[in-house]
Amino acid sequence: MSRARRFLGWEALLAVVLIALIAIGITVSPVFLSGRNFTNLTAAVIEVSIMALPMALIIIAGEIDLSVESMAGLSCAVVGVLWQAGVPIQVAIPIVLVIGAGGGLLNGVLVTSFGLPSLVVTLGTLALFRGLALVVLGSQGVAGFPDWFTSFGFGTVPGTPIPWPLLIFAALAIALGTVLHTMWPGRRLFAIGKNASAARYSGVGVARTKLVLFAFNGVIAALAGVILTARFASSRADIGQGLTLTVITIVLLGGVNIFGGRGTIPGVVLAAATLAVLGNVLRLTNVSAEIQSIAVGVLLIVSVVIPNLAHQVSARMGRGPEAGRGSAATAGAGGTAIP
Amino acid sequence: MAEAAIPAAVPTGSSSAARLLRAVARQRELSLVVVMVALGAFVFTQAPQLLSASNLTQVTAHASIIAVAAVGEAIVILTRNVDLSIEAMIGLVAFAVADILATKTVGAPVAILLGVALGLVLGLINGVLVAVLRVPAIIATLGTLSAYRGFTLLLAGGKQITLTQLPAGYTDWARGTVVFLPLFVLIALVVVTVAAIVLRQTTIGRQVYALGSNPEAAEILGIRTRLITISTFAVCGLLAGVAGVMWGMEFGTINATAATGVTLQVIAAVVVGGVNINGGSGTVVGAGIGALFLAFIQNALILLKLSQFWLQAIYGLVILIAVVIDGALLRAVQRSRARGRRP
Repeated sequence: MSRARRFLGWEALLAVVLIALIAIGITVSPVFLSGRNFTNLTAAVIEVSIMALPMALIIIAGEIDLSVESMAGLSCAVVGVLWQAGVPIQVAIPIVLVIGAGGGLLNGVLVTSFGLPSLVVTLGTLALFRGLALVVLGSQGVAGFPDWFTSFGFGTVPGTPIPWPLLIFAALAIALGTVLHTMWPGRRLFAIGKNASAARYSGVGVARTKLVLFAFNGVIAALAGVILTARFASSRADIGQGLTLTVITIVLLGGVNIFGGRGTIPGVVLAAATLAVLGNVLRLTNVSAEIQSIAVGVLLIVSVVIPNLAHQVSARMGRGPEAGRGSAATAGAGGTAIP
Repeated sequence: MAEAAIPAAVPTGSSSAARLLRAVARQRELSLVVVMVALGAFVFTQAPQLLSASNLTQVTAHASIIAVAAVGEAIVILTRNVDLSIEAMIGLVAFAVADILATKTVGAPVAILLGVALGLVLGLINGVLVAVLRVPAIIATLGTLSAYRGFTLLLAGGKQITLTQLPAGYTDWARGTVVFLPLFVLIALVVVTVAAIVLRQTTIGRQVYALGSNPEAAEILGIRTRLITISTFAVCGLLAGVAGVMWGMEFGTINATAATGVTLQVIAAVVVGGVNINGGSGTVVGAGIGALFLAFIQNALILLKLSQFWLQAIYGLVILIAVVIDGALLRAVQRSRARGRRP
């Protein structure tokens, strides 16, 4: 019960920050509320936001996946190569989604069957998938995609300022939110993230669940790669570099615990919106991209420091039910095991 | 995970095989050298210029930079943490030193000292975030990776420092030799040796391993875990500073994106060198050899005229193969030990 209240607290805080940012946006720029600005604002973060949703599940289950940006890049490169070879986009998309599932399964098998830490495994596949993207596409770029495909990337639903990919994000958020918070697979995830061995002894298929999670994460990363290709109307092997940082920032800013066991999808959605508006306000006020990079980094750290401090304060006041739950205690529970 | 997975019926191998396994596991660095020599012999038959003086100088110069950084990273990883910001620290120091030199207000030694000190400060910030503010290392350093790089971009403001702005002869040090050894190799050897001795022979060095093996036990034993954690991050920053200075000398022309992607190489070197990513075991000698191994692979690709596009993929494969082998070795050793204990 107290946990539910704490989460509501975090989400309420995010909502307040979001509203404040929107208020600032309205004051500093007359175009902030325009439909066109809304389109720009969402388009800038749509791929990372989509990738953040399954990443939240992975982190709740006590693992991490650093390879998503490279899988998006590989997917982008393969779409380009296939299109160049005369394969229609409608056929290329299912192919790259299968590649995404395959790459995710590779991560999952190495983590579950070989018992390796997901941090290193996905650091390895971060390099591997990017390398494969470079191998298939080289340093060339592919352009000249069909109009319907590129308009899916930067076009909007007719009559509204809503970009098409935002619909994918909304559908995915609702589906994953429902599964995570109201159905048994969601309860399983929290159980695994809190205590994997206890979950295993209670008959939860920990390995199988994690395998499915990694495969699903790969599929969504590949999908994000397709969206990136459509939005940039071009395919290059280096697309998506550095996105993992933003994806993980959104997840953690959304209140998901890095050691697993805690987090909500509404929190992640709010975090994505906050980051989108923050970036937009900074851009509208002509703050340089460098400051934005610093801001994202600081935000990531602050999003952990504040709950930590709040936790310590409440523990000192003797009310925290999990008082004394230091980094050492959580280290063993999380599969990442990097306190 | 591993301990629960030990099957009841362990295939009964001969005790000599078990001994060999344990020996390989213990001499993890040596096995890497053996693999490298074997691969080297093959490459040499295909491309004899592998062992030419100019090629060796080039390979060892880059390997030395990565090795210095890898020693710092290894020390952090030994304590069960990780420092993802290392490439941003190298990049910031490399640019800052070049920027200071370009103003021509101070001499090279002062600029170098300032650069190393900057690295130390950046590392201290990471250490404080992790040990005092209790931010998990992966998040703290992912954040500072972004922040330090952003700060470098801000400092540079789109400009780059070119070779001509640096003092005459500054970049020659990258090719300089002391007696017979290239200067960079000497620096790397000194760093590896000092770190190895400190980790092996001093109390604080042993405490680093204790902390990584079992943080709770270390705390109970009265080891000042916070101090050790801050120190390891500070040393990592300091060595990133040294690597940053070397980077500047090696390349001469520096912009704000210097050393992008190097974190991956450094962690690959550490992991390939046999340092356990979950802390507590491994050596800095291994990390150094790991750096040399990766530089050798990169060089071999060029000499064998294979596409450079494969390099990134091969890095990834090398990391994966190394962790899979290490995991298998660890389990085999645990199994043979468990069998040995049985009556």
